[in-house]
Amino acid sequence: MKLVKVHITLKEGVLDPQGKAVQGSLNTLGYDNVKEVRVGKYLELTVNDDANIELEIEEMCNKLLANPVIENYSYTVEEGVAQ
Amino acid sequence: MKFAVIVFPGSNCDRDMYYAAKDALGEEADMLWYQEANLEGYDAILLPGGFSYGDYLRSGAIASTSDIVKQLREQADKGIPILGVCNGFQILLESGLLPGAMLRNKNLKFMCHFENLIVENNDTLFTSKYEKDEVVSIPIAHHDGNYYCDEETLARLKENNQIVFTYQNNPNGSVSDIAGIINEQGNVLGMMPHPERAVEAILNSDDGLKLFQSMLENWRERYVAGA
Repeated sequence: MKLVKVHITLKEGVLDPQGKAVQGSLNTLGYDNVKEVRVGKYLELTVNDDANIELEIEEMCNKLLANPVIENYSYTVEEGVAQ
Repeated sequence: MKFAVIVFPGSNCDRDMYYAAKDALGEEADMLWYQEANLEGYDAILLPGGFSYGDYLRSGAIASTSDIVKQLREQADKGIPILGVCNGFQILLESGLLPGAMLRNKNLKFMCHFENLIVENNDTLFTSKYEKDEVVSIPIAHHDGNYYCDEETLARLKENNQIVFTYQNNPNGSVSDIAGIINEQGNVLGMMPHPERAVEAILNSDDGLKLFQSMLENWRERYVAGA
């Protein structure tokens, strides 16, 4: 088994109101050194070993997991726990 | 005229849409479960608002992968009018039938109130009963209604006159105050505000009724012309 970790973030230039709200809150707590926060998504996929896994993950990201109009994605493929 | 209202798991404005077509407009309408729907033989397709699949992942994203979208594409290519409201609009965006994407509202709040819309384009089969620049009062009810597209897409929307409705006082941060857009072919309209919730005076506004009347008038003209 493989463990695929997918990170999805809003593209640069796309307004992230959630990130802005979190940043404002951190600043209120006194963390004035925080200049920007971007909030994204993290998905874990446990998949069977497959030579084409990277190609398939790319497809999954483009078709469903991320919206290429507003989001970027990145991923890593790691050894998963045998089930 | 025969309307199809597609019901997804989580649709909650399906009955409002059905009511608008069936009772307010007085035409035929069917509510169709998305897995069993056969869209052949319908004169117009309505995608209602709600929270399809709980808005998981992104609003409308999971619904856009369902088999019904294949049928929607076929009907869209044939020129059948398709109206997507709120979550229906989000589904149209996620399925690529309309360009752009939805972001969370700028103020992060769910908003539910009447907004004034400006009719930017009354030369469509959905808006022919309105005057150009007419101001209409239509309710919104959304959390992810902040329309976004890149500059190139926006320029194309403007050039082709695809921006149909704008907000007079933009409530959600949408690019260029956009409240509703149409495809290039002119038969697929997506809008965040709910015309089906404004079809008689007792609902505080009947400004939405003209949208359905426009669809009917256009269908009759085509039908008579084709007969």
